[in-house]
Amino acid sequence: MPEGGAMTASIATAAASVVPCWSCKGPVAARALFCSVCGAVQGPGAIDHFSRLGLQPTFDVDLDLLEKQYFGFQRRLHPDRFAAKSPKERALSQSQATALNEAYETLKDPLKRAAYVLELKGHKVDLTACGTINDPELLMEQMEKREAIADASSVDTITKLSAEADSEVIACQCHISAALNAGEMGQAVHLTIRLKYLAKLAEEARTKKTRMTRAMR
Amino acid sequence: MSDDGLVLLQLHEPGETPVPHQDEAGLAVGIDLGTTNSVVAFSFDTEVEVLKDENGKALIPSVVHYKDDGSVVVGREAREAILENPDHVVSSIKRLMGRGLEDVKSLAGTLPYEVEVPPEGGMVRLRVAGRTLTPVAISAHILMAIKDRAEQAMLGKAVTRAVITVPAYFDDAARTATKDAARLADIEVLRLVNEPTAAALAYGLDNAVEGLYAVYDLGGGTFDISILKMEKGVFQVKATGGDAVLGGDDIDHAVAEYFLAQRQAGAAITAGEVKQALMTARVAKECLTGRQSGEWMIELDGIASRHSLTRDELEKLAAPFIERTIEICRGVVEDAGIDVSDIQGVVLVGGSTRMPLVRKRVAEFFGREPLSDINPDEVVAVGAALQAEALTRGSDTLLLDVTPLSLGIETMGGIVEKVIPRNTPIPVAMAQEFTTYQDGQSAMSIHVVQGEREMVDQCRSLARFVLRGIPPMAAGAARIRVTFQVDADGLLTVSAQEMTTGIEQHVAVKPSYGLSDDEMANMLRDSLVHAKEDMAQRLLTEAVVEARRSVLAVKSALGVDSDLLSDDERQAIDAAIAAVETACAGTDRDSVNAAVETLEESTKGFAEKRMDRGIRQALAGVSVERLDDALGGDA
Ligand SMILES: Nc1ncnc2c1ncn2[C@@H]1O[C@H](COP(=O)(O)OP(=O)(O)OP(=O)(O)O)[C@@H](O)[C@H]1O
Ligand SMILES: [Mg+2]
Ligand SMILES: [Zn+2]
Repeated sequence: MPEGGAMTASIATAAASVVPCWSCKGPVAARALFCSVCGAVQGPGAIDHFSRLGLQPTFDVDLDLLEKQYFGFQRRLHPDRFAAKSPKERALSQSQATALNEAYETLKDPLKRAAYVLELKGHKVDLTACGTINDPELLMEQMEKREAIADASSVDTITKLSAEADSEVIACQCHISAALNAGEMGQAVHLTIRLKYLAKLAEEARTKKTRMTRAMR
Repeated sequence: MSDDGLVLLQLHEPGETPVPHQDEAGLAVGIDLGTTNSVVAFSFDTEVEVLKDENGKALIPSVVHYKDDGSVVVGREAREAILENPDHVVSSIKRLMGRGLEDVKSLAGTLPYEVEVPPEGGMVRLRVAGRTLTPVAISAHILMAIKDRAEQAMLGKAVTRAVITVPAYFDDAARTATKDAARLADIEVLRLVNEPTAAALAYGLDNAVEGLYAVYDLGGGTFDISILKMEKGVFQVKATGGDAVLGGDDIDHAVAEYFLAQRQAGAAITAGEVKQALMTARVAKECLTGRQSGEWMIELDGIASRHSLTRDELEKLAAPFIERTIEICRGVVEDAGIDVSDIQGVVLVGGSTRMPLVRKRVAEFFGREPLSDINPDEVVAVGAALQAEALTRGSDTLLLDVTPLSLGIETMGGIVEKVIPRNTPIPVAMAQEFTTYQDGQSAMSIHVVQGEREMVDQCRSLARFVLRGIPPMAAGAARIRVTFQVDADGLLTVSAQEMTTGIEQHVAVKPSYGLSDDEMANMLRDSLVHAKEDMAQRLLTEAVVEARRSVLAVKSALGVDSDLLSDDERQAIDAAIAAVETACAGTDRDSVNAAVETLEESTKGFAEKRMDRGIRQALAGVSVERLDDALGGDA
């Protein structure tokens, strides 16, 4: 019976959106931070980083808003707010704050954020794998640039290279945003891997620049 | 006794304390447990009082005199005893917290103490006045004296809880050792707060500043630099760095070496003489902050010698240490991902920042005059007191701190695989998967290290443990997930799990440089305090807190849903509540727990009915708002 089937599904959804509060045992919304009846802090639950910080799930995050949301949630959930509470509440607040930190650290960083947005859409990009580059074009480009940085022998040269590397990072981020908005997932994955290497290069250039500038003084 | 103490007492008359049971728990203070000096402060309504002795002195020298009659004296009197009775006096013990023999510095080839290292390695022990003492026990003696000072200043009110500050750069072993010391002194640690963060809190709240600030803290034994973003009551540490064994003590050392080199070397000097020479060097160094030159006397082995020193000469001796702090500042600015010019102010903390050369170099590096309108000796304790109040009475300010050092585990070839990088916001949990490298390997040893270097032997070893019972598999097939968890005190817990079978092992990291459980138990029993009763008392308090929470929760539920209950059901619940309340008034933990269990039993049916109603309402879309209204942060 089609109608009965629909009914069951909606009961399941309703039941899933309401869970028992660990403290007063009454119903509480699955995503609630606190029980509205007894006030007890709830566990962090398994929600995505964007929802956790009350943000739209997009690569184009407003960083000021991200920080504001992060501070706002930490103000209510950080273990310092629960120091005088029961051990269970202290433990839950620690899990909540840990989850907030993970969300904040992931979304703050463009590379991690890009990979995360892709993961939410079902495309896994492994950022920790430090293996070889599969893409011959990217590989060539990387090798040339790395060489240029290694060869740079004046502060002027390294400063120029470092600025170039930085602007390429920014440009790549713009391209990722465009690809994601256009729904070109394959392209976005490709660009995210590229961003990883560009960011590494920019970091190398910056380190060398700092070292050379220091040696000058 | 000062009238200030009286005011504090009146403020805390029963009935006025906003948090219930605060009186039972005792007062909460802030303690700056320093290498050279300790300070204790108390805050009420963010008005902070630095607690003074009867002579009006705030600084308690972190010096302990173990007398032959068995008594223990801490502070000014103990420091004076260094000259007559150096073998019985211990100072700068903080530098040895959670540390090994290699960390004890010798002067002219002589160590300032007779030291012992337990056969299995680990934290050093000192032989003082016929006793063998761990740095933890010696710190506990300092903390007990601080507690006494605080209780006297509060007209005899019990002081049982504290925020204790630690150098931001303290590693896990040193933090654990500090917490153990507090336990021996019968002080409940509300939170370990990093010294520069505490200073920022005190400074920022007072001056209502916003923006990026650097806190440069050079004390007697440690150096810390933290960069914080401050805004509207939020203190967010962006990056921190330092050296847990770099401070005024090292400059004293250099000066003492310089003086001793001027003497025609006679007989080898004794441990006591090392301490005396260091004390003279320190006096000379401090004098030269206000003067250009001076002359000092050292008498060793009955032979006196005179030594002159100018400020220029002192600065030559001190320069390498100060340059090292500037190098560390440079790295931390880089880590924070900012430019020096983004920093809006530099706060100086610690007695060693009085040295003109330190001020000059800090001003040069940051391109601005450091802020010096705060008392560099007291600001850390003031911040700790503010945080102690925030933790016990609530507050709107928020401290968001980070891990100072990367945490990792040893992999093949002694290479460190980082699990949590430095400057990660805490609390944090991160996991990494590892695999076996031999066919049929049934155990995997896990070596936890802390530090920035790539090789294990250049990092500090924190702990080792073995995950056993891995079922036989081909090399590389097992998936062992190691999870690192750092709490808000900066303390690490590690657990390991084999993912294909679920075999799990959980260890609160017992640092290699820490005390064993047995040792800790012995020390507690041996009575620094009446720890046994205290432990029972603490468990009872915890059970009562939990019981009261249960009662409140049931009462709130009755407030909204009591219409679901028949008269009989209602009576049963009321009776169970009354039983818990009676048990809470008593002193038996078991009956408290039993009463709570009965209460839970008697509310089971009620809870089921409430869940039913909630789900029905959710289905009807009625109470979405009520269930949801606790959602959301600021926005
Ligand atoms: N006028 C001064 N000139 C130079 N150095 C000074 C002066 N006054 C104090 N010091 C030095 O400051 C150090 C003590 O500072 P402080 O009391 O801040 O350290 P601490 O908090 O005990 O140590 P830490 O924070 O490292 O654990 C000592 O080395 C002392 O010699
Ligand atoms: Mg200090
Ligand atoms: Zn509840």
